[in-house]
Amino acid sequence: MSEWWTYRPEDFLLFSPRVYWRMFELHNAALWPLQVLTFAAGLIIILLVAWRPRSSARWLALLLAILWIFVGWSFLWNRYAAINWAAAYVAPAFAVEGVLLLVSGPLLDGLAFDRRGLAGWIGYFILAFALAGQPLLAPLQGRDWASSEVFGIAPDPTAIATLGLLLLARGRLLPLLLPIPVLWCLLSGITLRTMGEPQAWALHAALALAAAACIWTIIRQRGSPPTA
Amino acid sequence: MRTTRRTFVRASLATAAAALLPISLHTQEGSPARRLIPSTREAMPIVGLGTWITFNVGGDPVLRDECASVMAAFFEAGGRMIDSSPMYGSSQPVIGYGLQKLGRPSTLFSAEKVWTSSATAGPTQIEQSRRFWGVPRFDLVQVHNLLAWKEHLQTLFEMKAAGAVRYVGITTSEGRRHDLLEQIMRNEPIDFVQFSYNVVDREAEKRLLPLASERGIAVIVNRPFRQGALTHRLKGEPLPEWAAELGGSSWSQLILKFILSHPAVTVAIPATTRVDHVRENLRAAAGPMPDLAMRERISAYVQAL
Repeated sequence: MSEWWTYRPEDFLLFSPRVYWRMFELHNAALWPLQVLTFAAGLIIILLVAWRPRSSARWLALLLAILWIFVGWSFLWNRYAAINWAAAYVAPAFAVEGVLLLVSGPLLDGLAFDRRGLAGWIGYFILAFALAGQPLLAPLQGRDWASSEVFGIAPDPTAIATLGLLLLARGRLLPLLLPIPVLWCLLSGITLRTMGEPQAWALHAALALAAAACIWTIIRQRGSPPTA
Repeated sequence: MRTTRRTFVRASLATAAAALLPISLHTQEGSPARRLIPSTREAMPIVGLGTWITFNVGGDPVLRDECASVMAAFFEAGGRMIDSSPMYGSSQPVIGYGLQKLGRPSTLFSAEKVWTSSATAGPTQIEQSRRFWGVPRFDLVQVHNLLAWKEHLQTLFEMKAAGAVRYVGITTSEGRRHDLLEQIMRNEPIDFVQFSYNVVDREAEKRLLPLASERGIAVIVNRPFRQGALTHRLKGEPLPEWAAELGGSSWSQLILKFILSHPAVTVAIPATTRVDHVRENLRAAAGPMPDLAMRERISAYVQAL
């Protein structure tokens, strides 16, 4: 792209806010009542993290992997790509995140969702917001409930919830699982901000909180005495 | 840069000479004024219909019907040129849906673009676009944003020679790469050029508009309202009393009249999702046009707000 410095985010916005939010209405209507199941899956994920029964990390990663692949296929590939050609290039990244979760959890058993302390509580908070807070943003901003973004159906709450879960996790493959949710939150936040939608703050706030929690964890780890 | 009396008169004379008719004569009571495409002297209503953002509604059946209604009002009011691009998401199939619903109006002037960095992919993309529209061939195909322009222009000239397209053009927007555009306008036998021009973005008056007149190239003006930002900014501001002299009843009409009154402009392509707006835009092309002094007055007034 020549003279790239003259381009603004507005130049890449291909659709209007009305079209964007109606897309969620149509998507929710097409998938109803699957939202009940994905919400229930979100609650199960929280319970698995809290109670940590045997093999819970594997089941948890499996659930999340299925949802990432489903959202990438059903929303990004089949619906969003119709109004935003760039979504067709992002959809495979959702599939990659799903595969990474499958590899990290069910296949290698490389994740443990047992981090507690400040980072853990921030993780719970972000996770709870993705499940219960994000769908409320539609009516709070004067839109119809039908355009609510639901975990496991829409990409934003799915990515935000994953950020929260990863804050509760430990494991050597963790650095591989973070970039795609982080990049999606950035991208979607920029899109919403460019459209003039106030709820862009939700994605930016989730990212800022997650970054603060990560930094806090790193500082704590470096400050603690080495174990024998 | 402002239009001087000399450049304005020079452009007026060049355009009028090319058309062999006074500009103001190409109008009938209530119908939009027309300008001639210099290369063929085909008459074109001076307001067209852009589809950037507004027609990208995906598979939404309600919004598709709204777009079809906008198209219906556009043709009903005497409009002809609809402009789109493969870059505009689902705009092409939405246009195709509207055309089918309206029984494929015979007055349509289809303006499309080729937008790919691959020279070899150009013909395939144009064919795909044609299928989306459901037209036997495009009237005009333009190289979008100068992307791979040498290769695509070659393809388009060959298509024109073979009768697969009637006109060839090239586009840019928001004042980008005017030097290269000018070079192409000087050296290539294009029929159309498309760029941004409005009451506050007047860079094109300096070289591009006079050059288009001199070279006999038709001019399509995109983003006449700065993608809605201009009309949004002026919302709530009182329309000057002297706007009534032009028969303008809204800011959008006044802004459009400023653009359309430049003698080198062939057609402006405002985009809208509303039937009342498309009618209002076409009405702007039907009444009296500002002269040079009035143009400067409009520009000064808007810039001072």
